[in-house]
Amino acid sequence: MTEYILLRHRDIEGIDQLEVYRKNGGYEAFEQVVKKQTPQQVIDEVKAAGLRGRGGAGFPTGVKWSFLTPDVYPRYVVANADESEPGTFKDREIMEHNPYQFLEGVAICAYAAQANVAYVYCRGEFWDLAHRLETKIEALYEAKLLGKKLFGTDFSLDIYVHLGAGAYICGEETALLESLEGKLGQPRLRPPFPAAEGLFAKPTVVNNVETLTNLPPIITRGADWYRTIGTEKSPGPKVFSLSGHVERPGNYELPLGSTFRELIYEHGGGIRGGRRIKGIMPAGASAPLLAATDEVLDTPMDYESVPAIGSQLGSASIIVMDESVDISWMVYKTSSFFKHESCGKCTPCREGTYWMYHVTKRIQEGNASPEDIELLDSVARGIQGKCLCALGEFALMPVISGIEHFRADFQTHTGDRT
Amino acid sequence: MSDSQVKLTIDGLEITVPKGTLIVDAAKRAGIDIPVFCYHPKMKPVGMCRMCLVDVGTPRIDRSSGEAVRDDSGQVIIDFRPKLETACTTPVSEGMQVRVWSENASAGRKQIVEYLLTSHPLDCPVCDKGGECPLQNLTMKHGPGKSRFLYSEKKHLAKHVQLGELIFLDRERCIQCGRCVRFQEQLVDDPVIAFGDRGRGLEIVTYSNPGFDSYFSGNTTDICPVGALTTADFRFGARPWEMNASASICTHCPVGCNLTLNTRREADAGGREIVKRVMPRQNEMVNDIWICDKGRFAHHFATSPERLTTPLVRAGGELVESDWPTALAKAAEGLKAAGGAVIGLVGSRASNEDLFNFKQLLDGLGGTALLYGSMAGGDYVGQVGVGKDTELAGLGGGDAILVIASDLHEEAPIWWQRVIMAAKHGATLVVANGRPTRLDHYAAHSLRFEYPRAVKTALGLLQAVSKDKGLAPYEGEQELKAAARALVGADNLVVFFGREGLDYAGSDALARACARLLIETKHTGRRNNGLIPVWSGPNTQGAWDLGLRPDPQFANSMQETRAALVIAADPVGDDPVLADSFGNGTFTVVQELFLTPTARLADVVLPARSFAEREGTFTNALRRVQRFYSAIEGMGQARSDWQITAQLGAELGIELEAQSCGRVFARYAAAAPGYEDLDYQNLSETKSQWPPVGGDDLYFGGTAFKNDQGVGVQLAPTSERGSTVDIEWTAPPEVSKTNGMLLVAVDQLYDRATTVKPSEVLEPRLAAAVVRLNPSDAQRLGIVDGSGIEIQHNGRVDTLPALLEGGIPMGTALVGRSQGLAIEYPLDVDVKPAS
Repeated sequence: MTEYILLRHRDIEGIDQLEVYRKNGGYEAFEQVVKKQTPQQVIDEVKAAGLRGRGGAGFPTGVKWSFLTPDVYPRYVVANADESEPGTFKDREIMEHNPYQFLEGVAICAYAAQANVAYVYCRGEFWDLAHRLETKIEALYEAKLLGKKLFGTDFSLDIYVHLGAGAYICGEETALLESLEGKLGQPRLRPPFPAAEGLFAKPTVVNNVETLTNLPPIITRGADWYRTIGTEKSPGPKVFSLSGHVERPGNYELPLGSTFRELIYEHGGGIRGGRRIKGIMPAGASAPLLAATDEVLDTPMDYESVPAIGSQLGSASIIVMDESVDISWMVYKTSSFFKHESCGKCTPCREGTYWMYHVTKRIQEGNASPEDIELLDSVARGIQGKCLCALGEFALMPVISGIEHFRADFQTHTGDRT
Repeated sequence: MSDSQVKLTIDGLEITVPKGTLIVDAAKRAGIDIPVFCYHPKMKPVGMCRMCLVDVGTPRIDRSSGEAVRDDSGQVIIDFRPKLETACTTPVSEGMQVRVWSENASAGRKQIVEYLLTSHPLDCPVCDKGGECPLQNLTMKHGPGKSRFLYSEKKHLAKHVQLGELIFLDRERCIQCGRCVRFQEQLVDDPVIAFGDRGRGLEIVTYSNPGFDSYFSGNTTDICPVGALTTADFRFGARPWEMNASASICTHCPVGCNLTLNTRREADAGGREIVKRVMPRQNEMVNDIWICDKGRFAHHFATSPERLTTPLVRAGGELVESDWPTALAKAAEGLKAAGGAVIGLVGSRASNEDLFNFKQLLDGLGGTALLYGSMAGGDYVGQVGVGKDTELAGLGGGDAILVIASDLHEEAPIWWQRVIMAAKHGATLVVANGRPTRLDHYAAHSLRFEYPRAVKTALGLLQAVSKDKGLAPYEGEQELKAAARALVGADNLVVFFGREGLDYAGSDALARACARLLIETKHTGRRNNGLIPVWSGPNTQGAWDLGLRPDPQFANSMQETRAALVIAADPVGDDPVLADSFGNGTFTVVQELFLTPTARLADVVLPARSFAEREGTFTNALRRVQRFYSAIEGMGQARSDWQITAQLGAELGIELEAQSCGRVFARYAAAAPGYEDLDYQNLSETKSQWPPVGGDDLYFGGTAFKNDQGVGVQLAPTSERGSTVDIEWTAPPEVSKTNGMLLVAVDQLYDRATTVKPSEVLEPRLAAAVVRLNPSDAQRLGIVDGSGIEIQHNGRVDTLPALLEGGIPMGTALVGRSQGLAIEYPLDVDVKPAS
């Protein structure tokens, strides 16, 4: 990348200060849309740019906005800052170091959605970050970039920061809305979707932090420019959170379509200690894990190519495992995670994650027989397609893919080395 | 296909249902059972348990033409969804195909059962739900024979959690279906239980103090699909298959909830069959499948060891045990000797048959037959009561409800529930009372009046809609006029009137004003319109319909009386001042369940049967006549009131039906206008009701009992039978200014009434015996919250603790009835700190 579009703080020092941000073109996009464009024009521009949700689902953002039920008000915008996927730390960096571009994105989205109230829902652990964000928002009010009748128009906007209380499931948009409404953070039935009935049953847009951070450059530089980055179906820059057994773990902003190899070896410095790469979890814990073959390593990281090799790009939290990793242990860790985070609303996830946790634990402790591997696989498959939300569906993926690609690691514990 | 109907196929069966029907309901109506746990037909679906998984296919539609795509043979191509769907959250669509028993769907449901059973304990041998357990039944039908889950990994949780004193929770058995939480939140507005924690740790917690503080908590044990929620009253009591079931009607309030009494022979009861538990019986026109906790738990009076079991006669100044022939003869002798100066008092708990024989006997003696009560208006109800086929549950948008001088939540919880649901469905609610009550939260208009000016408010409403210039003095403020407009414009209007803060004349004036309001706004003579009296007992309306009335001056009349016959009433217990009127110079015969203060003074006490030991009919306040049946044998030598009275008649040469309750009813029906067409046969007619409950359907609607014994018949008021009705309003009685405080009696659901106290399980919930005052009054009088105060009236002094409450109107003190302080009508009292 020649310049940072999202992680601009790496190019421009002090951009987390409003004056510096504005001196570098900040808030020109928001002023432009409010003064000179209609909400529909903004939606069309974002559709044309092909921006896809960066929270994990990759749903076309402009299309999502166009689902808002016409003539129903008020509307709400919610920025999903519940970043809880294991291995994902991109939204955090954006909010910590380039907060105004994110907040400007929220504002542009609110204008497009004709919402006068926006919430930033932060995971409960973002205590300091949320309070810092509030001071940034205060500065925006002082600069009259938030509040009543902005830029001399009728458009008013308030942004509130709201803290969750430590639940991964509150990153699921309808569970987030429940939590924001003060209720137990459990996903809702869909339909209706938030665009029809969201916060307080009103049409709501829920977008990821990184998604929103893309909006100011799309507005100022145009959809055509945006499409010059990335691939045809997955345009734009992406912040990849690289972690695991690499020399240089961290966030890397690259065009969508960059390969795993590029990310891990060129940018990440390759496997630490010169060891051999074994497996990749491309979407944190929420996708099938991949054996690190050449075919996999040369696969472009975008929303089409990764599913084609049997996994998902998700939020692009690339966790790299070297040969020292016992995959059955890794699966025990992901199973523990999902068991801990299951909201408990639906039977297969509530009971299934609990069960998988116990079987994987037994395998680790050496109390399992070879049949337990089949049992684990069967329990995981029994959950599939039956859950109320994606958490349950994700929970089974590391299990099934772990057994499929790395059965030997499991067999080491069950005393059945074939 | 019409716009409102949809045709679909379920497992090969083609059915047609209204648009918007959920697959699970469509299947049920067609006789196909899709298993559910979290879904309940009376609540919004949540799709949580995933038990109702089915294969769903819809016709493939060509996007451009909008037409269904057909295959070579002309058949519409059906695309089945890649994942199983929950039948409870999916509405039907035209041409849909549902496969309940496809291999895919049954394997899916089998897996769900296996998941549910992973930590569900093997409690069946000791679990109350065994035998009426949806989880047991659905496991047998849909589950695997064995579980692969290791026993040692089962999660162990607390098993005897008291969610308050009435309901126990077993955390291990709970399958997190959420029915209880949703029932409390959606149907009865008491969100006092909720889910806490998450994941496998998801558990039911209660946020109220006392725990599970709701008058409807018992219903959650009926809809709980496992043995997680059980009642403190019944748990470990009996196996469902050991018990007999008898249809009955609740006697605690004028709603007339349909009950099933489950009974079993008990060694502890000397081999007698006793009532083990009270369950709801389905009657969608009266109580749906619900009952309040008073109806559910306050049944022990029927089988209390304190019950009178033998006739008693006074000999040598004492009441001694006797036998029926002696007692009846003695009673008759005393009544005859009164030479017509006899007063009869019958309580509202008496059945129509009891009332008839009572009235005939008093008429035969030349005496005065009185209804023992303090509220007027039953005759107006006979004229402008609700029309035939009225269903409170049918009220909603466009309709209006007025509730005046009554606290429905305390006096008739099931009506309160139906009124709030109507308000939730868009009905305009106007509430008028001297103080805020729970109903105000749902009211579009809350009208406040000074006690006892309820009548003035009612007349104010009338003035706003009437052309009668005589009403000018009662013109009200803006708020009242706005309320009146809401009532006038309603499609349907029902008016509930009570007696809070009113004396007898006041309640008569209020009833007239309400009746007039209904007449002037043309809300009479048809269903879902009319006057509803909030009586204190189950059969007050039956008494009025027979022509029995209270006499508010009866205490004065007692001075000239030489004999009294008291049935199902306790005037001395209600007001000890009346002790002089009974016994001594007045020959008193009492037919009673217990040795009440009145009975203690009697010359002859005849043991009566409770509602559980006999049959009969009650007329509820919506004028639905309903049968109740005998569930257990009579206690000792107790006899039904109608029979006792008839046997007294035999001694007195007054001919009365003494053998068959049904024949007494036939006579009642011939005498009470409007009842002519009723008999025990047509009162026992049942109808198909939705949702199906009990038996094979207990997983669907709950363990409420199916109604096979009759839904009763609702009578049309005279305004619906072609007669013109003209009830005039009257000026309210003069209210003299008082220097002291006005003491007003209010009803509380869990009072210390004779029929409530024997239920020990309710003891912690009994309303505190306190006098409630406004803090400003208290300060003025030097009264501290919680301290004792003296109430002085007419030379009598009562001492009770004070409770300060902001909502109490100034100059008023509120006290519950049956709390030990004798009060019926409002009293001028002096209040001061206790010395």
